[in-house]
Amino acid sequence: MTKTLRVQVDPNRCQGHNRCKALAPALFELDAFGNARAAGDGRVTPGLEEKAWLARGSCPEQAVEIIEE
Amino acid sequence: MSNRPPVTDWSTDFDHLDPRWIDNPYPIWDELRGKCPVAHTERYHGVYFPARYADVRAIAYDTEHFSSRRILVRENPPPPIPAPPITSDPPEHRPAKQLLLPAFTPDAIARYEPEARAICRGLTAGLAGKTRCDGAVDYAQEIPVRVIARMLGIAASEAPRFRRWIHEILELGVTDSAVVLRATGEMNAFFAEHVASRRAAPGDDLISYLLAARIGGEPLAEKHILGTLRLLLIAGIDTTWSAIGCCLWHLAREARDRRRLVAHPGLMASAVEELLRAYAPVTIAREVVKDAEIGGCRFEQGQMVLLSFPAANRDPAMFDHADRVVIDRKVNPHMAFGIGIHRCIGSNLARMEITVALDEWLKAFPEFQLDPSEAVTWSQATVRGPRRLPLLLG
Repeated sequence: MTKTLRVQVDPNRCQGHNRCKALAPALFELDAFGNARAAGDGRVTPGLEEKAWLARGSCPEQAVEIIEE
Repeated sequence: MSNRPPVTDWSTDFDHLDPRWIDNPYPIWDELRGKCPVAHTERYHGVYFPARYADVRAIAYDTEHFSSRRILVRENPPPPIPAPPITSDPPEHRPAKQLLLPAFTPDAIARYEPEARAICRGLTAGLAGKTRCDGAVDYAQEIPVRVIARMLGIAASEAPRFRRWIHEILELGVTDSAVVLRATGEMNAFFAEHVASRRAAPGDDLISYLLAARIGGEPLAEKHILGTLRLLLIAGIDTTWSAIGCCLWHLAREARDRRRLVAHPGLMASAVEELLRAYAPVTIAREVVKDAEIGGCRFEQGQMVLLSFPAANRDPAMFDHADRVVIDRKVNPHMAFGIGIHRCIGSNLARMEITVALDEWLKAFPEFQLDPSEAVTWSQATVRGPRRLPLLLG
């Protein structure tokens, strides 16, 4: 069985670069200050796995985490 | 003003105003990264230059040893001139930045996009039918200045004065502090008038926004407001002007990238990030306020550090083919907008302006190249971008 991925954003690391939101708009949302958090429960819809990894790799603050469940 | 001898050894005697550094710093940084990796110079009262991504990152995160109270390397530094939040350290930094953030989110910035597009279209329409132009003067420099003027509620006709202040503070001011103090005084007087008029009649602009802002329930001190306004004006103009200019410079020289981008506009987002990585315009400084050790090198209290995001972005330990522009690069954690608490507050604005500027330019001029009969000239010091960019159109 394939693993389910879940994204989360470390609020202590996120500085609002918005790279994750630009790369995977369905997986992240921004608060009123432009800082990111996972959309909903963070579960990655099948087909968006690559975007999730891209968002993780492109965050300059290394704030995006991916949990494999 | 000073007469500095030419550099003979980049690792022990670098000079970021050396003509070779201004013209093409990348090979110098590659050399430094390979051997030092933290260069030092006795010039400018002592400055360090880390060239590796990991070291730039470590310093940006270490606000205990590396202060932002001085963010420019100067020959005869005047007393610190606060421009919060860029010159703020913790704990003052956070509230000064938080109050600005809602005005610079992607959604807040999106409302200025139609205006940015109209500005770009007006500029390309003005160039229609010409066979040559200066991409820096006739196009790039005109875009951010007009957008930021709109955001501040100031007439765009003031643009030449804004550019003069920026030139004086960021370039001439490196070797001449009197010019920094004069330009800062002029800017304060200019903004004080605008602040007074917004107090009387608030509008839908950033000056009114700052007047309405509160820290701990208290309005901002006039000095804080003027400092932030100076910051928004200076940081909002020649950074993005330089970035747009660098993009045009690259696309003028690399026909393959240009034609690919014209044929596949869907590549624009990754191309903009990649051009930001490769030609990041901004290098900001820190003051060492406590002795520290980073990357195996000692940093002595009282000296400055040039925090070169552009050098970090060219580190092959972090990026495959770091010296090559790959417009469809996938993973790209570049730090063109800095990293850590001082992440550029205008990053969403800059991205919007660069994207719109390139999109409109390529629609109007899908074919263009450097004019071989004239020289490209570059700005110097804190912000790097073409100041003259002679192009042949069509």
